[in-house]
Amino acid sequence: MSIKVYYFASLKEHVGSSEHELDFTQSLTVNEVWLQANATLVLPKNTLAAINMDYVDWDSLVSDGDVVAFFPPVTGG
Amino acid sequence: MAIKIIDHAFDPYYEIQRYQNTQLDHLGAIGATSLFIGTMRDFNQGSQVTGMSLEHYPGMTEKQLELCIEKAKGLWPILDSLIIHRVGTITPNEVIVLIAVWSSHRGDAFDATRYIMEALKSTVPFWKKECLETDAERWVTSNTSG
Repeated sequence: MSIKVYYFASLKEHVGSSEHELDFTQSLTVNEVWLQANATLVLPKNTLAAINMDYVDWDSLVSDGDVVAFFPPVTGG
Repeated sequence: MAIKIIDHAFDPYYEIQRYQNTQLDHLGAIGATSLFIGTMRDFNQGSQVTGMSLEHYPGMTEKQLELCIEKAKGLWPILDSLIIHRVGTITPNEVIVLIAVWSSHRGDAFDATRYIMEALKSTVPFWKKECLETDAERWVTSNTSG
């Protein structure tokens, strides 16, 4: 199975990349996606996660073809 | 209902008038129009700010804005709405966001406008990076209390 992982704003700078492709063979939670993609990086406090552009909890399961995004708290308006 | 994400300066009053003249639904039923226009300050958190860049998550931005409007429509009888939000490079005095809500009665229009604005600030994936007078840059990490 394969997913895309996107990073935005300060988290993109923290990770040093705007996106990753991740291949996996068994179900992963959002938290496990972060750990597989960024094993050596500390996860910044308050980081938010989305699957296919909907906010999700960190224990949500990702599926083949999903787009997972990680980003800091939003500051628009 | 219209949502626009744009990367250039805009005149909110022109946009409202153009929308009213060309796209507004339910004309006869409208008794109230409520507007919120947010502009960029030249100060924030004790520093002079000379500009900022506004990043967003294309696709999720529109999806979450639509959700804000749908939730507001569930709470108040909104007849129509227009949201325009800037991205890209912005300088002080430029408009960041316009929210216009049309309804039959003023209370619904006022309340829905405030609700949409607060929902936008807490859920829609935009991020501001400020450029300070010292040429240093910093990410805005939280919203002001309003």
